[in-house]
Amino acid sequence: MDFTYTETQDMIRDTLSRFLSDTYDFDTRQKFINSDGGRDPAIWTALAQELGMLGAPFAEEHGGLGGGALENAIVMEELGKVIGIEPYLPTVVIAGGALKAVGGAQADAFIPEIIAGNAIIAFAYAEPQGRYDLSNLRTTAKKDGAGYVLNGHKGVVYAAPWATHLLVTARTGGATRDREGVSLFLIDANLPGIVRREYPTVDGSRASEIYFENVAIPSDALLGGEGTGLPLIEQIVDEATVAVCAEATGVMQKLHEGTLEYTQQRKQFGVPIAKFQVLQHRMVDMFMEVEQARSMTIMGVLKLGLPANERMAAVSAAKAKVSRGANFVGQNAIQTHGGIGITQELAIGHYFKRATMIESQFGSHDYHMDRYERLVLAD
Amino acid sequence: MDMEFSPEDLAFQQEVRDFIAENYPAELREKQDEGEEMSKEDFLVWHKILHKKGWIAPAWPVEYGGTGWTPTQRFIWSEETARADCIRLMPFGLAMVGPVIYTFGTPEQKAHFLPRILSGEDWWCQGYSEPGSGSDLASLRTTAVRDGDDYIVNGQKTWTTLAQHADWGFFLVRTDKDAKQQEGISFLLIDMKSPGITVRPIITLGGEHEVNEVWLEDVRVPVSQRVYEENKGWTCAKFLLAHERTGIAGVAASKRGIEKVKAIARTEVDGDKPLLANAFFKRKVAELEVDLAALEFTELRSLAGANAGRGPGPESSLLKIKGSEIQQRLTELSLEAVGHYGAPYFRGFGEGDNEHPIGPDYAHRAAPTYFNMRKTTIYGGSNEIQRNIIAKMVLGL
Repeated sequence: MDFTYTETQDMIRDTLSRFLSDTYDFDTRQKFINSDGGRDPAIWTALAQELGMLGAPFAEEHGGLGGGALENAIVMEELGKVIGIEPYLPTVVIAGGALKAVGGAQADAFIPEIIAGNAIIAFAYAEPQGRYDLSNLRTTAKKDGAGYVLNGHKGVVYAAPWATHLLVTARTGGATRDREGVSLFLIDANLPGIVRREYPTVDGSRASEIYFENVAIPSDALLGGEGTGLPLIEQIVDEATVAVCAEATGVMQKLHEGTLEYTQQRKQFGVPIAKFQVLQHRMVDMFMEVEQARSMTIMGVLKLGLPANERMAAVSAAKAKVSRGANFVGQNAIQTHGGIGITQELAIGHYFKRATMIESQFGSHDYHMDRYERLVLAD
Repeated sequence: MDMEFSPEDLAFQQEVRDFIAENYPAELREKQDEGEEMSKEDFLVWHKILHKKGWIAPAWPVEYGGTGWTPTQRFIWSEETARADCIRLMPFGLAMVGPVIYTFGTPEQKAHFLPRILSGEDWWCQGYSEPGSGSDLASLRTTAVRDGDDYIVNGQKTWTTLAQHADWGFFLVRTDKDAKQQEGISFLLIDMKSPGITVRPIITLGGEHEVNEVWLEDVRVPVSQRVYEENKGWTCAKFLLAHERTGIAGVAASKRGIEKVKAIARTEVDGDKPLLANAFFKRKVAELEVDLAALEFTELRSLAGANAGRGPGPESSLLKIKGSEIQQRLTELSLEAVGHYGAPYFRGFGEGDNEHPIGPDYAHRAAPTYFNMRKTTIYGGSNEIQRNIIAKMVLGL
């Protein structure tokens, strides 16, 4: 049993943190999220080529840093601290995770492209009727000659407007909610028949509604087995969920620190409001939520390698706790700031918006408590 | 970072399991299962078995009688003793005054007291709180006035846990009335059989005689029984409070507690299903498990920090707050789970009493335990005081 970070892990955190504090201050972030493209592509390139950061979880033979889930968590926490919108989660954590899991020629072809910063991959898994159920799919991929034909509608696909590729879940068989018949495809984002409706998200990113209209895809786009993809999808979504917990930890830490700072400057009744015990205790409660989010992220990271049921129970426990904590810390940060907290002017409100979206990303508190109970407290 | 146990750790875990299985007294187990109140002898029997084995003080340095276990082995030990529901060891000697003595005591004090703490020969109690000094401990008014080689001690202590069994007590007393509050306090070891000491019971909500008032009237205490310098007792007190808080998370015991609640809720019937199938009750159990996991990993992180030479620092207040809240929620769920049979008041088995008490065994102490455990958010520095500590020491407010 060991709870320490390696030198390489410390180095990843320090390097990234320094880079982001130089390039990613709040005003700069606001400038590029409000630009036409919604991001500054030079940041992604620098993360890849100057820092080698996109290789954090990949094996050295693919050109990576030889890390895994813990390295992803470190990167995500740092991105959380600057409410970064860089598509590290869908590209590196999710698509990268799927490629690592399937291995072979597909991994050899794609992972170096991710590491180099050439590929941005969006994860098209959610559907309007499906909520957080990964098998609730109406999108179909029908066998057609050597390949497949894709039809359906994927909702709120973060980073899709920037994507070179899409990672798509679809039915190759079975009924809408069956566990069987689910497959995972990695396809070019600009194939004929892909229609995107692009929009900004409330937390500063960009997303698309994606409509597949008889999109012809090649057979080698299939990752893993045909019709048996659900366990792989569950695994990569669990990895993504833990990564989001790490991001939440960074976001929550900044919400807490920002509140501490503000209450020491803001004076009412002739004293800094930080002198009031009722606010001190609230900020202690926020601190405890931040620390517990950090603890649950580590638990999630350490249990990702366990057999599926234990892994899912641990990830659900982590996300349930972090969702509640993000809610508590976000709302109390705004309340403690008072009126200025509900304006667009201060960074704090933007952290709150990201914290709020994280609450339900890959499943809300209730969803994860239900899943936890099914796995751990079955009658 | 990993959670793997090495082959040596796994062998150690097996050794611990075997030892407990072979040596834990069956009569004690039976008494615990019936939910009876524990006597002094009950507490000491397991203490003495562990002392004989050399396992009584895993947290102590080896030179004073510690086991020299790795942090992982200590983790395994606390997990296994909780899993097996072993009776808790009294903390007053082992976890409180012992570390103060080996950290601040004279060679004579170490040589005399430490072996007697390890063997269980001396039962210790803690003379801190006073009627007028609870959260504001440093306002304490019990005085110790020098008279040759002795101090003459006068005052009143309260909430003194199990002082009725105690051979010795460690007391905070005021030795300089003119100094600033914290700077005029000394740390004295007092023989509880000294003339002038009176111990009076306070009966708490569960009907237990657990805490006491201790009156001191012209009690003579040799100066050689003062630990550390005169007027520097607050240093020992602060050290002890931080030390006390690290164990107070009670993770392993609460894990065992959740298993007990689940066992009750699988037995109790709600409609045509076990209570544990009731969605509302189940959700409360699940939330508790999740919060306990968060506490466990926070403690593991804090232990890792301690191994790296940091802490136990003020963040251990977090462990105290969350640990005590969880302990209370557990007792609340137990009481909720037993339904009607929380009400009958079980006074323990009388002399020659063969009649089975009212209700299921697991219900006997549900309400008294719920009442009793309200103490956890009050003692050891109330949870409000812990928040003050974090605000000041961690957040810099």
